[in-house]
Amino acid sequence: MIDSTTSKVGAAIHARKDAGSGAVIGYLPLGFPDIQTSIDAAVTLANNGVDVLELGLPYSDPVMDGPVIQAATQRALAEGYRVRDTFPAVREIVSQVKTPVLVMTYWNPVAQFGAQRFADELSAAGGAGLITPDLIPDEGSEWMAAATAADLDRVFLAAPSSSETRLKQAVEASRGFVYTVSTMGITGARSDVDSAAATLVARLRAVGVDNACVGLGISTAQQVREVLAYADGAIIGSAFVRALAEGGLERLAAVSSDLASGSRVS
Amino acid sequence: MTTLHDVVGPYFGEFGGRYVPESLVAALDELDEAYKAAAVDPSFQAELAELHKTYTGRPSIITEVPRFAEHAGGARVILKREDLNHTGSHKINNVLGQALLAKRLGKTRLIAETGAGQHGVATATAAALFGMECVVYMGQVDTERQALNVARMRLLGAEVVSVATGSRTLKDAINDALRDWVASVETTHYVLGTVAGPHPFPTMVRDFHKIIGEEAREQVLALTGKLPDYITACIGGGSNAIGIFNAFLDDPSVELYGFEAGGDGIESGRHAASITLGKTGVLQGAKSYLMQDDDGQTVESHSISAGLDYPAVGPEHAWLAKIGRVHYEPITDAEAMEAFRLLTRTEGIIPAIESAHALAGAIKLGLKHGPDATILVSLSGRGDKDVASASRYFGLLEGEIVDDGAVQL
Repeated sequence: MIDSTTSKVGAAIHARKDAGSGAVIGYLPLGFPDIQTSIDAAVTLANNGVDVLELGLPYSDPVMDGPVIQAATQRALAEGYRVRDTFPAVREIVSQVKTPVLVMTYWNPVAQFGAQRFADELSAAGGAGLITPDLIPDEGSEWMAAATAADLDRVFLAAPSSSETRLKQAVEASRGFVYTVSTMGITGARSDVDSAAATLVARLRAVGVDNACVGLGISTAQQVREVLAYADGAIIGSAFVRALAEGGLERLAAVSSDLASGSRVS
Repeated sequence: MTTLHDVVGPYFGEFGGRYVPESLVAALDELDEAYKAAAVDPSFQAELAELHKTYTGRPSIITEVPRFAEHAGGARVILKREDLNHTGSHKINNVLGQALLAKRLGKTRLIAETGAGQHGVATATAAALFGMECVVYMGQVDTERQALNVARMRLLGAEVVSVATGSRTLKDAINDALRDWVASVETTHYVLGTVAGPHPFPTMVRDFHKIIGEEAREQVLALTGKLPDYITACIGGGSNAIGIFNAFLDDPSVELYGFEAGGDGIESGRHAASITLGKTGVLQGAKSYLMQDDDGQTVESHSISAGLDYPAVGPEHAWLAKIGRVHYEPITDAEAMEAFRLLTRTEGIIPAIESAHALAGAIKLGLKHGPDATILVSLSGRGDKDVASASRYFGLLEGEIVDDGAVQL
């Protein structure tokens, strides 16, 4: 069940909705190009209009990710990123900014670390919860129990192909928001955000979603504006990763401000 | 009495499941339903049986190999000749079944991953036969060591995508095929080539291959009057092995052996023996045994055989290992290549390097159990594709030193 009273992420999204708009959720991989820079980059997003941070835990086989994010996370792994580096990085970020921090991770690193241990350490570090792209609620009972015990958000995905039953299941299993996949595909900038996204958000509303945030393919302020016209949040990933890779923190700050301007009520 | 041969997914004990992005769930549900319907539909079964008979060349024969068996302790060694199937391996059994299903589902495009290229060739063949579009993902390392099969797929009209990410082998080819499928699932069927991946693939692919063991059971009974004592098969993902094992799972007298790729030796760390390592994890849609570090990052596998060079294994094998029904052991590159040469020189049959792992296992079992033992070997594929690799290995190419050592005939 969605319970925004204890979800820091839910509260942040609601604050932006109350202001007449919606939230901007920014993704960057941990450890790219190195751990300290990835911490600074997350802080940069938070200081330039991003309302919720989504930090990717680098993984060897990221099947939901396109080339930009794959390249960044493979680099982080090559530089020696370890799962245990996640917790001090989150702690450092939340000590600097009030923006809630979610971790986006494929399931196996959590399973090997131990789901409850991961939840407890993330909670102790001040993290808000997990987005789990290859864990469907059907396989998620261990994570649900661990997240509940540690009072963490759990963000599951909804896709244009999902049945009504599955949308309902995603809504009931999620806390914080439901990650609304805009298109049938993987991460990466697209010139148009699929019209399927608006339809999917409407279908999620029909089964009682609190916060439906749309991701995949959003890379311009105009797209943010369009998405926030019907959704509760817009998730931006590859565009930020590319900015960081090509122009460092300075370019990231500029791109972040620009994209976040799409969420400002005019 | 409990029976093992008809256990179906999504779970095999603690293994299996569907660890996939939500976007794929609808397609997996659709496939599961279509497969269940087809499995009890006489017209589907008749169509597949007709293809087996008139296209693949089933039933595949068995061949007793006494000259090879002299090097295996004098045991009786019988080969199940999947190498004689059209396209040169067992892979066609599964591909024709899945292509027929894809047609029923109205899909117009087939995608596949391939390691050695056998599954890619089989999929490209089915696409040509049914007039479907075909894209095959293949690790860059494998496109180089299996260049002949790349050319075969292109001749058949398939697009071959060389995958340059990660370890650039089978695992990475599967990642890219999954990424394609997430985006194309409406028009495309992913012809997964082994008994791994999310449900229903492990069950469905097993069922399409169990004809191997069903035929072999009757053939060996007719030839010898009794069931074999031992059955050996190579294990990458494990499709030919599950295919030959299935009909014997509930015969307690038949000991089943799966031989994993031991590469340079387990102690070297350079191998593909995920069951031998025995670490449970989740990769590419299923919970199973996989090669991983303490962080759950997949470790690169190594094998001279592209088809076995995969850091995980199908979930049913993980379960059969855990309950002790099947023994799993590693065979090194050197042992496999020795068996490759031995079968070639003694019987005039050039096996795939993958299948040579099963032959090496048969030699070990024969030496241990002697002339009273009957060993059935899954000869899952032929070695035409491996001529260049084997020639390099044995130094038979022009300008290299010819080493005519080990096999004394």
